[in-house]
Amino acid sequence: MMTDNSSFDSQQFATIQFEISDGVAVLRLNRPESLNSFNTQMHLDVRQALKLVARGTDARCLLLTGNGRGFCAGQDLSDRSVAPGAEPPNLGESIDSNYNPLIRSLQQLPMPVICAVNGVAAGAGANIALACDLVLAARSASFIQAFCRIGLIPDSGGTWTLPRAVGRPRAMGLSLLGDKVSAEQAERWGMIWQVLEDDDLQDSALEMAKNLATQPTQGLALIKRAINASSTNTLDQQLELEKELQTVAGRTDDYREGVSAFMEKRQPSFKGH
Amino acid sequence: MLNVLGPDEGVLTISLHRPEVLNALSNSLLGELAQVLESVQKDARVKVVVITGSVKAFAAGADLQEMASLNMVGVLQNPRPELWQRIQRFDKPLVAAVNGFALGAGCELAMQADIIIAGENALFGQPEIKLGIMPGAGGTQRLIRAVGKSLAMQMVLSGEPISAIRAQQAGLVSEVCIPEMTLDRAHQIARQIARHAPLALQQAREALLKAFDTDLTTGLQYERKAFTLLAATQDRDEGIAAFLEKRRPVFTGK
Repeated sequence: MMTDNSSFDSQQFATIQFEISDGVAVLRLNRPESLNSFNTQMHLDVRQALKLVARGTDARCLLLTGNGRGFCAGQDLSDRSVAPGAEPPNLGESIDSNYNPLIRSLQQLPMPVICAVNGVAAGAGANIALACDLVLAARSASFIQAFCRIGLIPDSGGTWTLPRAVGRPRAMGLSLLGDKVSAEQAERWGMIWQVLEDDDLQDSALEMAKNLATQPTQGLALIKRAINASSTNTLDQQLELEKELQTVAGRTDDYREGVSAFMEKRQPSFKGH
Repeated sequence: MLNVLGPDEGVLTISLHRPEVLNALSNSLLGELAQVLESVQKDARVKVVVITGSVKAFAAGADLQEMASLNMVGVLQNPRPELWQRIQRFDKPLVAAVNGFALGAGCELAMQADIIIAGENALFGQPEIKLGIMPGAGGTQRLIRAVGKSLAMQMVLSGEPISAIRAQQAGLVSEVCIPEMTLDRAHQIARQIARHAPLALQQAREALLKAFDTDLTTGLQYERKAFTLLAATQDRDEGIAAFLEKRRPVFTGK
């Protein structure tokens, strides 16, 4: 558990850089030589870092990004756990122990998760980005559902996220054709939040993260829960859920602070709970 | 090990509190629980009891330290079955508000309740088989009645727990809500129950529980007798009169 705001030494992890400061946890995928593709070690490192984010009280926003020219090329196909050999590999196992828990953690993390897509996001890399709450992309970045080209299906929630983000026709096109979607097109389609100039991406993403880290974190987490749940809820269920979540939100200190700051015409000072 | 609150509007709240061991159910904790339930059995101010744990765990199981120290003779002489029976003898409506783990004895305790309200994060399971043992406090008998044969077998023989949603689909849980609201919802239901006529509650609850112990014909006879019995209560006259006069009834338990 973290006791102060001092940065985490990136050397703690072999495949990522991770630090928490100013309320922002920054997680950089750091295997630039292989476009930050996931091998077993990187899964372990990311999982450990997300545990630190979830368990500590210092982080109020997570920023996920990559080092080098790519964001993430998905699965490292040379990793022994997935390589087709004499016996076909059990990809279900790798998904069960690695990708599914990762997507669930990103969705369940009780704080906003920003993804700064700095370059190509392919395969699981694209769907991990799309599983984040706010996706920013460099103008030169792109998204590719590369799975169909090697006989696989979009995983890491892709078949769930895509039709909800861009509609069935485009989800089908992207998944069946495996075409590259530019950052600009992704923004036009509503697949991501915003395109930024390459040189701007990291600074703007960090600024957004720092700002979010001063906001009513619990309230933001409740918003995230409501919107995520809406995908499978009926209107009636969602109205019930909104009632429950709003009851919880109404009990937070930050709500009290927000209202009194509004009444007193001053800037609120939120504690995150 | 227990926090007891109330009664408030007829509802007593018991919170299991052994956070360091995720509310593992030691004999002394079960003993405390039995004692509290017995002490309010005759207390007319307590109409319904809500039992809950923490956000993380309702109760994560039996106390394994305690169990490890017992050989077969020790298990035979263990006062534990008697503690469970004392809890079972409590005859007022019991509502369990379950968040997090309800495993092993924790699941069995939840199943002692008449109604289970679960948070989305609740996990129900009987993992005893993984330790070379089996459920020993109603886990085989109550679970199969709640969820049916196939799922009960799967849960007990594989030891794998089920989610709150799955538990609701199977009938183990009556409602699922967000974890922060589980206790609120349980209280809401408990207060609603507490407003009703005590004798009618008692007879209805007993008749429902009879269904587990009897064939349909005997059960229906039992129901008829209980129904008839209530015709002799003042609360029944009051209830019907209040309904006809469009006012709230005032029940006295007579």
